[in-house]
Amino acid sequence: MNDTVDLNRMRDTAFTAQVEALSGQNISACYQCGNCTAGCPAGFAYDVQVSQIMRGVQLGLKDRVLRSRSLWMCLSCSTCSQRCPNNIDVAAVMETLRHMARKAGIVSVPKMEKFWLSFLNTVRLFGRSHEIGTMVLYMLRSLRLHTDVDLAPTALAKGKLGLLPHIPPGGAEPVERIFTRYKERAQREGVRP
Amino acid sequence: MRIGVFVCHCGSNIGGTVDCARVAALARDFPDVAYATDPMYTCAEPGQAAIEEAIHEYRLDGVVVASCSPRMHEPTFRRTVERAGLNRYMFEMANIREHVSWIGKDKEANTNKAAELVRLAVEKLRHNLPLAASQFDVNKRVLVIGGGVAGIQAALDCAEGGIPVVLVEREATIGGKMAKLDKTFPTVDCSACILGPKMVDVAQHPKITLYACAEVEEISGYVGNFTVKIRKRATYVDWSKCTGCGACTEKCPAKKTPDAFNEHTGTTTAINIAFPQAIPKKAVINAQYCRQLTKGKCGVCAKVCPTGAINYAMQEEIVSENVGAIVAATGYDLMDWRVYQEYGGGVYPDVITSLQYERLLSASGPTGGHVLRPSDGKEPQTVVFVQCVGSRDRSIGRPYCSGFCCMYTAKQAILTKDHIPGAQTFVFYMDIRAPGKMYDEFVRRASEEYGTEYIRGRVSQIYPDGQGRLVVKGADTLLGEQVEIKADLVVLAVGIEASKGAVNLAEKLRISYDNHGFFMESHVKLRPVETNTAGVFLAGVCQGAKDIPASVAQGSAAAAKVLTLFARDKLESDPQIAQVDIRRCVACGKCLRCCPFGAIKETEFRGETKAQVIATVCQGCGLCTSTCPQGAIQLQHATDNQILAEVNALCQC
Repeated sequence: MNDTVDLNRMRDTAFTAQVEALSGQNISACYQCGNCTAGCPAGFAYDVQVSQIMRGVQLGLKDRVLRSRSLWMCLSCSTCSQRCPNNIDVAAVMETLRHMARKAGIVSVPKMEKFWLSFLNTVRLFGRSHEIGTMVLYMLRSLRLHTDVDLAPTALAKGKLGLLPHIPPGGAEPVERIFTRYKERAQREGVRP
Repeated sequence: MRIGVFVCHCGSNIGGTVDCARVAALARDFPDVAYATDPMYTCAEPGQAAIEEAIHEYRLDGVVVASCSPRMHEPTFRRTVERAGLNRYMFEMANIREHVSWIGKDKEANTNKAAELVRLAVEKLRHNLPLAASQFDVNKRVLVIGGGVAGIQAALDCAEGGIPVVLVEREATIGGKMAKLDKTFPTVDCSACILGPKMVDVAQHPKITLYACAEVEEISGYVGNFTVKIRKRATYVDWSKCTGCGACTEKCPAKKTPDAFNEHTGTTTAINIAFPQAIPKKAVINAQYCRQLTKGKCGVCAKVCPTGAINYAMQEEIVSENVGAIVAATGYDLMDWRVYQEYGGGVYPDVITSLQYERLLSASGPTGGHVLRPSDGKEPQTVVFVQCVGSRDRSIGRPYCSGFCCMYTAKQAILTKDHIPGAQTFVFYMDIRAPGKMYDEFVRRASEEYGTEYIRGRVSQIYPDGQGRLVVKGADTLLGEQVEIKADLVVLAVGIEASKGAVNLAEKLRISYDNHGFFMESHVKLRPVETNTAGVFLAGVCQGAKDIPASVAQGSAAAAKVLTLFARDKLESDPQIAQVDIRRCVACGKCLRCCPFGAIKETEFRGETKAQVIATVCQGCGLCTSTCPQGAIQLQHATDNQILAEVNALCQC
């Protein structure tokens, strides 16, 4: 980790250009003030702070950036984007990096991906999110059987956890079709769905 | 007509990518060209001498030089042809450096384009007429707008040079922002002690007329002959009688009047003298808070005034002054930092601006020079400074650096430690900009000798901890961590913006201003004091962020420009101005309405209304000529015929 960063060898300008193109953000506008890091509510859980991720993208340190756990701990709350003095949508850059990492087969925090897949599965099945379904699927996938179970009785009592899924009037098929389309495209492009 | 063409090599600048000898050879075939050559450096002394010789030898009556931009050397060559006995307007320049050699690499194409531009210049010259400048008198008086340190310096230098000065100040006292400062960097000199004597000089100088509580209402005229209307606000005190004794301010019962001079860190009385060293040291009534003026019941000041100076019936007044030059020195204001909700948006009393902190540090401030925080009057033990609040922030439309915040923040950190030896100071910064003489050393002192902790990063949130302190959350980007400090006082280094009303004044002065309301100098490097309106000069922050030494230097520079202008008894007007052909003019009035300088008036000619150009006011912009539906108004040296000749020449190529 603390080896000298050989900028001749490790600098990948194509990576920087790709992040700029996919996120629609001008990465060179970042002057490293640190406002994004200062305001990040998930910063305590980051291995690399968001301003450092921006720096890594500027330098084209692809591997280091895509392997960071921070990409997966980001809450997408967009506080960073709101505070950026240079109008960079930093959250969009984080989102872009997350997709790039996943397509490259790098998932530094696997249980995060498991949670997402669980959530998306319920959406595909019912056309809308279903909290209990998400919980059950996540427990099965992650084998973390006790995670947040203690919250369930309170949430149930307050009506925050519907036992039965809400299916929209048109049924779940239209949403299902979106998932199918995405899966087909992923197969065409040879990336992980 | 016999025209000489000189195609300059400019060393390899032009010669490297243009075949100059061939351009000269082609030029020999252009109509009326009697002589063409390609010197190495035309602007050098031998080059100019060669032009003079050629004019005599070949009996030339016009010269074309194909070289650099006319902005660079047109005046040079105009003088050259004049020395050889030609009219200076019988000269044309073809720009084959900036427009050709510097922008293209293809020698063939460059050579052709250069030849085309020379043909164009020759055609223009064939239609040129000798023009003569007229002369007019100069009113050797100067108006200085703004009595901050830059305006004071300009006024004093002009007055010392023997020029009568009219100094207009919007506030009740001169001194500007510098008068509010406690100390100055990097020497930690007392600000009032070094500015005070200059302010007194202004008051005592026989050549300076000072209008405080006054604003420029209207400006008309032109260089050498401006007429300025000045609006003097009602102060409700007859300043010719007021001695500044202060008896009224002691007895005034309206003690909750906001104290603008102290940046609202305290309150004052409705009748007030801004601060002990105020110039003019005269009382002013704040009409909004005066009980006599709002409720008609009080009159205490009138009773206690030993000279009977109070006049509740006073009205504002317009005075007119005639001057020959104007120095704008309107300074700056702090931006409204309350847009930053993360810093509390102005809700927390212990989050203050740097200028407010200066008043807390100052012995003439509301706390008598003891640093006591606004909320509970206690001495703060931990003070956090946040730099770049409203500077370098594109998201709120302020991309520029305010220039001096890094320095005064270091100064305030040092002074905090001087006032409260046990205090701990923190500075959140992005970059430290300390390029002046002894500046970086000063910032190092704050850190090395005064124990100021510099944290490289931003503050994201400030909120009260419920126990009287403020939680400051931020980032240390060097550490790569989020940090948190419990502070007693937070000082924001708030960015600057152009003074309120600057844009309005720029329009009255007919000078340009940038996106942020700062006045535009005539040339960013070579004419930093002049504006594009003749006779109007700039001094201080109104032109762009600068610290006290730079403001003083520019004040002196503006005064030098005024004295240079006034060194002559008569000024020459540029003959490249609009002229009306009264036979064609149909008096539609379009030119009158479109002229940005008010240079066109209506006149009577044999019982008919016609337009007339006021030669000394016209700046030769050409708006009227392109607006006139009759082609009756023509810009000399750029007439329709001359421009069409150029277009024709280009289209024939």
